Amino acid sequence: MKHVVVIGGGVAGIETAAQLSKSGHWVTVVEKSNQLGGKLNDWHCLFPDFSLAKEQLDWLQSQKHQADLQVLLETKVTSVNRTNGRFAIETSGKDKLEADAVVVASGYELFDARRKEEYGYKIYERVITSADLEKRMNNGELLRTPEGAPNRVAFVHCVGSRDEKSGNHYCSKVCCITGVKQAIELKKLSPGTEIFCFYMDLRMYGKHFEELYRTAQEKYDIQFIRGRLSEAAEKIDKSVQIKAEDTLSGRPLKMNVDWLVLLVGMEAGTGTAQAASVCGSRCESSGFIATADEHRSTNLSSQEGIFVAGSCTGPMSVTDTILHARSAACEVNDYFQKLEKSWL
Amino acid sequence: METPSFALPFIIGLLFIISFLIVVTIIWIAGLSKIDKIRIWKNMPTRKTGEALAETFMESLLHRKIFRKNPVLGYMHTSLAFGWFLLIVVGHIETALHYRTLSFPIWKSIFFRYAEQTPPAGFESKFFAASMDFLLLIVLSGVMLAYYKRIHKSLFGMKRTTRLKVGDRISLTALWLIFPLRLAAESVSANLYHNGSFLTQSAGNLLASFVPVQQMEMPLWWAYSCALGVFFLTMPVSRYMHIPVEVLLIFLRKYGIRLKKNVNTYTRVQVFSCSRCGICLDSCQMNHANIRNTQSVYVLKQIRGRRLSDEQLFNCLLCGRCQNDCPVGLDLNNLRITQRIESTMEYNSQYDYLKSDCMPKPVSTEVIYFAGCMTHLTPAIIKSMRALFEMAGVSYWFMDEDKTACCGRPLMQAGQYQAAQKLVDHNREKIQASGAKTLVVSCPICYKVFNEDYSLPGIRVVHHSEYLLELMADKRLPIHKLPLRAVYHDPCELGRGSGIYHQPRLLLDEYANLIPVRNEKEKAWCCGGSLANIKIQMSERDQIRQKAMEEYLSYGPDVLVTACPLCKKTFAKDRNLPVHDLSEVVYMAIRQKSTGNTSEDPGKKEVNYEQIFFPRITS
Amino acid sequence: MAVKNFGFAAIKPRTIDFEQFDGRLLSEILELEPSFKVCLSCGGCTATCSAGNLVSFNIRQLNLLLRRGETVGLENEIKKCMLCGKCMLVCPRGINIRNVIMLIKKSVAKSHSLKR
Repeated sequence: MKHVVVIGGGVAGIETAAQLSKSGHWVTVVEKSNQLGGKLNDWHCLFPDFSLAKEQLDWLQSQKHQADLQVLLETKVTSVNRTNGRFAIETSGKDKLEADAVVVASGYELFDARRKEEYGYKIYERVITSADLEKRMNNGELLRTPEGAPNRVAFVHCVGSRDEKSGNHYCSKVCCITGVKQAIELKKLSPGTEIFCFYMDLRMYGKHFEELYRTAQEKYDIQFIRGRLSEAAEKIDKSVQIKAEDTLSGRPLKMNVDWLVLLVGMEAGTGTAQAASVCGSRCESSGFIATADEHRSTNLSSQEGIFVAGSCTGPMSVTDTILHARSAACEVNDYFQKLEKSWL
Repeated sequence: METPSFALPFIIGLLFIISFLIVVTIIWIAGLSKIDKIRIWKNMPTRKTGEALAETFMESLLHRKIFRKNPVLGYMHTSLAFGWFLLIVVGHIETALHYRTLSFPIWKSIFFRYAEQTPPAGFESKFFAASMDFLLLIVLSGVMLAYYKRIHKSLFGMKRTTRLKVGDRISLTALWLIFPLRLAAESVSANLYHNGSFLTQSAGNLLASFVPVQQMEMPLWWAYSCALGVFFLTMPVSRYMHIPVEVLLIFLRKYGIRLKKNVNTYTRVQVFSCSRCGICLDSCQMNHANIRNTQSVYVLKQIRGRRLSDEQLFNCLLCGRCQNDCPVGLDLNNLRITQRIESTMEYNSQYDYLKSDCMPKPVSTEVIYFAGCMTHLTPAIIKSMRALFEMAGVSYWFMDEDKTACCGRPLMQAGQYQAAQKLVDHNREKIQASGAKTLVVSCPICYKVFNEDYSLPGIRVVHHSEYLLELMADKRLPIHKLPLRAVYHDPCELGRGSGIYHQPRLLLDEYANLIPVRNEKEKAWCCGGSLANIKIQMSERDQIRQKAMEEYLSYGPDVLVTACPLCKKTFAKDRNLPVHDLSEVVYMAIRQKSTGNTSEDPGKKEVNYEQIFFPRITS
Repeated sequence: MAVKNFGFAAIKPRTIDFEQFDGRLLSEILELEPSFKVCLSCGGCTATCSAGNLVSFNIRQLNLLLRRGETVGLENEIKKCMLCGKCMLVCPRGINIRNVIMLIKKSVAKSHSLKR
C-alpha cells in the first residue's frame, strides 16, 4: 500500500485525499489550522448558483469520512527529504511521516487590502473586503448606516490583482464574478440600496457567469462603471467619497457611498511559499507554484513525486479546485503505476 | 648660465596655461551678473578672503574631505597636491637663498639640480637638498598609489572609478611621468655633479652602475620638461583643469556667488571644478538599478563638452547623496536643475485655469494645514493629523482638503520654473489671504518649496514632524511610548533637502523605540520614489527601494517610520515590513494610551504591532 | 502636422481613420518611454489627477487619442498638467506618465520652432 501525504486540508487537499483513498492508497492530510475546509469556512455562499458554502463543506466532510483519512490538525510540515525514492517528512508535531508521494495543496491567501492605503481599508469604518462581507453574511451582520439600510454601496474590482503597485500582475479570476454575486446578495437583502461595481474589465469566464452578470443588470439594477478607483476619503458622517474616471464617458467621477466593498484578489501567501520551499518546488514570480506544463501537466511540480493541487498553483474557483484536485489524484495514480512498471 | 634648450617645453607650457587661466578667469568673472560682481568687490577686502585662502589650503592642498571619506585616498591626493605645492615653494626658497635674490629665471628653480652643478656645501644647502628629496619621495608615493588605484580600487574605499577620455589620458600619462622623470633626471645629475641628497644621490649612484649616465642626462631632462609642458598644454581639455578652477570656485563661493536659475559663467566654474574623482559614483543609488551613465560626474563632463542628453539629465532622483559626498562641495542638485531649466525652457505652462472661481476661497485662520497631493493617497496621515489637531485643540484650515493647485516643487525639479511660479503665486495669495501665522505641511516636497521659494513673511512654515514635536513639548499632546522597535527613514527633501534630521527623531523616540541605522541622516537612502526622476522605470525604482529596505530589515524593526507620503507609498510596496508616517505613530500611541491598554501595567501582555495600529473596531 | 486647429473640447465625433494615421509623435514617444505601451485605460490617473480636479483635463484620453494618431489640440491640453505625480502612484501598470507628458510638451514645442 502506497502512502501519500497531502499538505493542506482545504477544498483541494480533502478532495485529492478522498480520491486517492478511493483508489486504495493510505493518505494523511496535514493541516496547519484547527479545522478542515480552509477559506471555505469563512465564506457564505458560492457563485454562480448561490449554494451555501456550508453545503460544500458538509460534502467535503462526507468525502473525508467515506475515505477514512488520517488527518493531522494544527500541524505544519517542516521538512521533506527524498530517500531511496520515498519521502521522509518531518512535522511540527511529534509525527514523522514516510510517503511515496506528496501532494501540495496549500492554497492561497487573500490580498491584504491595507496595502492599498488609498482605499482606506482599516482606516475608514465603512470600507470592508469581499471576505469581510462573506463573514458578515454568515453572522447575519448586515451593512447598516445610522439611518438604516445603506442608500448606496460600491464594489471595487481588482483590489490587489492586475496591479503593479500591489506586486500582483496577474488576474485573480474569481473576483469579477464574486462582485456580481455579492452585489446581487446585497440587493436581495435591501432592494432600496443602489449598487455600483467599478471594474477595469469584467471577466465572466465560467459557466453561467455571463448570465449572472446579465441578471445583475436586468433584474437587480446593479450598475457597472468602467473605471478604476483612484482613492477614497471619509466624510464626517462616515460615508466614503470615492473618485474614479468613468472611462466610457471620459469624465472624472465622484460618488458618496455608505459602504465600500473591496474585491480582494488571491495571493500565494506564506503557507504556499513555505510548502514550496520545504518541497523544493519552483515558484513563479507571482509566488504561486510553477507546474511542469501549462496544459497537460498542471499537477506536476518541478520535483518528481511532488504534486500540486488547487489554488497553490494560481487563482482558482471552488469548481476548478475540485477538478484540479481530482486530476491531481489521477496523476499520482499514474505515477505509482509507472513506478511499478519500472520495477517489473 | 644660458637657458638650456630642454627648458623650452616647460616654459611654453607654463606661459600657455598662465595666460589661458587669466583669460578664462576674466571671461568667467565678466560673465557674472552685476550684483555678483559688486558682491565680489565688496567682499574682497573682508575676512572672507582669508577664509577662502584657508579653505583653499584645507581642501585644494590637504584634501580634508577626501581624508574623511577614506584615509588612503586622502593621502594619495594630499601627497600629490600638497607635496607638489611644497616642492615648488621650497624649490623657490632654495633657489632664492642660493642666489641671494628674488629675481631669477623660473627654470632655475624648476631645474635646480641641473642649473646649480656644485655639490651642496654648508648646512643650508644640505638641508634644502634633503628637503627636496624628501618631498619628491612623498609625491612619488602618491603617484605610486595613483597607479595602484587604477588596478585596485577597493583599497581606496571605491567600487567604481571614472572612465577616461582622450584629453584625460594624455594629461594623466604626463602627470604620472612628471615625478618619476624628475627623479631620474635629478639622480643622473646628482651622480655627475654630486649635488644630490639621500634619495637622488643614492638613486643616481645606483643608476650609474648599469647605465651610461653621461649620455642619459640631457634626454632625461628633456623628457621631464616635456612631461611638464604636455601636462600644462593639455590641462584645459583634461580634468586637471579642476586644480586651478577649484581655487576660483572657493573664492567665488565665499564671496556669496550662487548658481542662478539660468546657466551663467558660474555654472562653468562649478563644472570645471569637478575633479572627476568618482566619489559620487559610489554614493549614487542609481547603481542599484544598474543605471551607470547618469551620475553627477558624467553629467558634469557632458555639460563641459556640451553633449548632455535629456535621458541622462532627467534620470536622477535629485536625492542629494552625491552632493553630500562631493569633496569639492559642488552644488550638484542645483547644477542639474539649472540644466533642466535650460532644457525645458521652450515649453512651460500658464495654468490660466487657476484664475477661475471654482477654486475654494481662503478661510481666516491661525493655522493652515496643507497635506499635499501625495498625502491624499495616504489617508492614514490625514486622518492622524486631523485627530492630533483636534486633541491639541488647534483650529485650522485644511487648505487642500478638496481642490488645490500643486505646490510647484515637482515642476521645479523638472526644470519648469516659470510654470511652477504660476502655482507658487496662486497658492501664496491664498495663504496670505487667510491671515495664518503657521503653515503645517505633511509632505517634505511641499515643505521645501514653501520654505525656500514662496517668501511668506510673517508665516512660519513647519513640517508636521516639527509641529507635533512642538505640540508635545507644550504638553498639548500626551506622551506614550509604544513597545515597538522603529527605524526612521529620512525623506530626501526633508533631510538633505531641508536639514531636518533631529526633530523627527526626537518625536519618534518619545512614542516608540528608535533604532539607529548605518545609512541615516546625511547618508540616508532615497526610497527610490523621487518625483525628480522623470525617466526611471518603475521596476528600477523597485530595485532601489529593495536595496534600502534590505538594510532596514537587517535591524529587525517592528515598523519603518517615515515622514513623507511618497516614501511611505514607495516602501509600502514591500511586504516585509509595515510602514507608517510619524503622525500615525504619534496618533496610534496616544490612542493606545487612552484605551488603557498600556504596557506600563506589569501584569499585562505586551501589545503588538497589529493591536496598536489595527485594533478591532467594535461596533 | 495638424496642430493649428485648437479647441480640443470640441472634438467632433468622427471615424478614426487608420489610413490617415499620423504616428510620428507616437512612435517618438514610445521609443523614449516604452512603458506607455501597456496602458489599459483604467482611468485611475484621470481620477486622481490634481489638474483634472480643477479643470477639464483627461490625461488617459489624451494618451489614448495619441495612440490613435490624434494630435489636434494636444498642445494646449498637455500644458494643464502640474506634474504632481499622483498618477504615477496609482497607475496599475507602472507607466511613467510624467515622462510621456514632458515628451509631448517637448515634441510639440520642437515642431513649433521648426515651423517658424
